[in-house]
Amino acid sequence: MKVTLKSNLAWVGVMLFGFIIIDALEFAGLINTFIENMLVTIGINVILAVGLNLIIGFAGQFSLGHAGFMAIGAYATGIMTQTMSTPLGFYISMVVGMVIAVIAAVIVGVPTLRLRGDYLAIATMGAAEIIRIVINNLKITNGAAGLFNIPALASWVTVYVLMCLTTIVTVNFIHSRGGRAVMAVREDELAAGAMGINTTRWKLAAFVFGAATAAIGGSLHAAYIQTIAPGDFNIMASIAILIIVVLGGVGSITGTFVAAVVLGALDTILQNFGTVRMIIYSLALILIMIFKPAGLLGTWEFSFRRWLTKGAVTHD
Amino acid sequence: MTSRLLDAQELVKSFGGLTAVANVSVHFDRNELVGLIGPNGAGKTTLFNLLTGETPLTSGSISLYTDQGVQTLNGKKPAQIAQAGISRTFQNIRLFKDLSVLDNVKIAMTNHYQEGFLTSVFRLPKFYQTEAAMAQAAHELLKIFDLTAVADQPARNLPYGTQRRLEIVRALATKPSLLFLDEPAAGMNPEETADLTQLIRQIQRDFHITVVLIEHDMSLVMNVVERLYVLEHGGLLASGTPDEIQRDPAVIKAYLGGA
Ligand SMILES: Nc1ncnc2c1ncn2[C@@H]1O[C@H](COP(=O)(O)OP(=O)(O)OP(=O)(O)O)[C@@H](O)[C@H]1O
Ligand SMILES: [Mg+2]
Repeated sequence: MKVTLKSNLAWVGVMLFGFIIIDALEFAGLINTFIENMLVTIGINVILAVGLNLIIGFAGQFSLGHAGFMAIGAYATGIMTQTMSTPLGFYISMVVGMVIAVIAAVIVGVPTLRLRGDYLAIATMGAAEIIRIVINNLKITNGAAGLFNIPALASWVTVYVLMCLTTIVTVNFIHSRGGRAVMAVREDELAAGAMGINTTRWKLAAFVFGAATAAIGGSLHAAYIQTIAPGDFNIMASIAILIIVVLGGVGSITGTFVAAVVLGALDTILQNFGTVRMIIYSLALILIMIFKPAGLLGTWEFSFRRWLTKGAVTHD
Repeated sequence: MTSRLLDAQELVKSFGGLTAVANVSVHFDRNELVGLIGPNGAGKTTLFNLLTGETPLTSGSISLYTDQGVQTLNGKKPAQIAQAGISRTFQNIRLFKDLSVLDNVKIAMTNHYQEGFLTSVFRLPKFYQTEAAMAQAAHELLKIFDLTAVADQPARNLPYGTQRRLEIVRALATKPSLLFLDEPAAGMNPEETADLTQLIRQIQRDFHITVVLIEHDMSLVMNVVERLYVLEHGGLLASGTPDEIQRDPAVIKAYLGGA
């Protein structure tokens, strides 16, 4: 118990530390809009990629439509905060986005997750396209032009806090009964079933969870960037999130953080390189895939608990 | 006094033209250790797969007698059958290899410890209580099979025989009333096999459960089981007490004849 408390406190410390550093830099005027934009993008990408890693890395289900759920959150906020432009309105829109994303995930997940195999990948890719096309053709979403002047109801602080919250909730889920059930399905679906695990139910739980957090990412994106268009949520956007997960390590939340930061910084630095940017970016990815196919961190996780118990372990 | 636990009537399983299980009827009573023997390809594993819902029946019926009355297992999914109190191990070990030994056992307890979503993700006190209770129960089982020292190791690191024992622990953790063990001693030397067989006998008694054991070495099961079923070519060749089986002319001819 004591170790648990210490480790939890250490994590709270890390989160506070990160906050204070960014806040101090902001205060000192060292963070311009450009850098703040990068930090916020990293934060939102962490939210999206942590959820996707739960689906891919922990539940072992391949989803290719994460941007679709993000779009649902973004448009819920973009549309609703036009009439309810208060922080409360923003959070209500976020919850509405999550609920719609969850419903969409259940509709896509129930028929496909019953089956063994990668049916989910195709279904989610299709679903994300359908969502994008629907948004493209509706009046309320302003079609292909998208929405402008969305009230600025999310600051870097909002993004930071929600990034911490979704990560805590996800990691806690992974280290609980549900997370173990989900990993059992990944390891051996047949054996999991024989041990009484309702495999479809737990796969769906992870998928729905990831969809809900993607909607949070979308809401934050809309309220911070203030402009959204259907094209922001195409297949390339889904693949960008997937790249973070794969690069960091499928099954490592620590890796997801590292990859989101590295790629976010790389993307920003390379912006000055014009068209060469995509080449360098792709090359970097290819090199990492060749030399570290399991991703930067594989399935390794940073753990204060392990640190704290090091040396104190007495195996008799 | 015996009471019926499971009744399987006229089970048939065909794979295309091959009849792997042909019209086999078996029954298991509470609190007994039953052996299932037969040569390679006799249909032993297929019979287990039918009884646990892993493989759908071609025809036949399976009934389980529970405290709530008789329930049919026909058409039920493996997870539902497991929840009804039937557990198993696999001939070709199927552990959750990348997870720790302890987690392997805890996973099998999933349905017995309710840990709500909000309780776990917000780490409410109930979460820690449930986890502690699970860990304690898991450690008690691990101790019986001498696996305490490796509790935190990934299952894939264990030697073959140890993995087999872990699979039995995992199956026990689902709190079964009926446990199917598919060649639990495969790959072990005669001494280890004898030890394991004794251990199986002991847990069958201590846990008041029914254990059905597939074993190749007929002489070993003979000493510990109450009853035996002998399968051959998918059909039931004989059934009865070890004494009866040893004196059965058909068995002597088919199974022991060559020895
Ligand atoms: N899924 C399947 N598809 C086709 N044939 C199968 C399948 N499963 C088993 N069989 C066949 O059914 C027959 C019985 O196999 P089974 O595995 O039940 O035998 P067994 O008694 O367990 O043998 P062993 O002692 O070798 O484990 C074999 O001929 C096998 O090839
Ligand atoms: Mg077999």
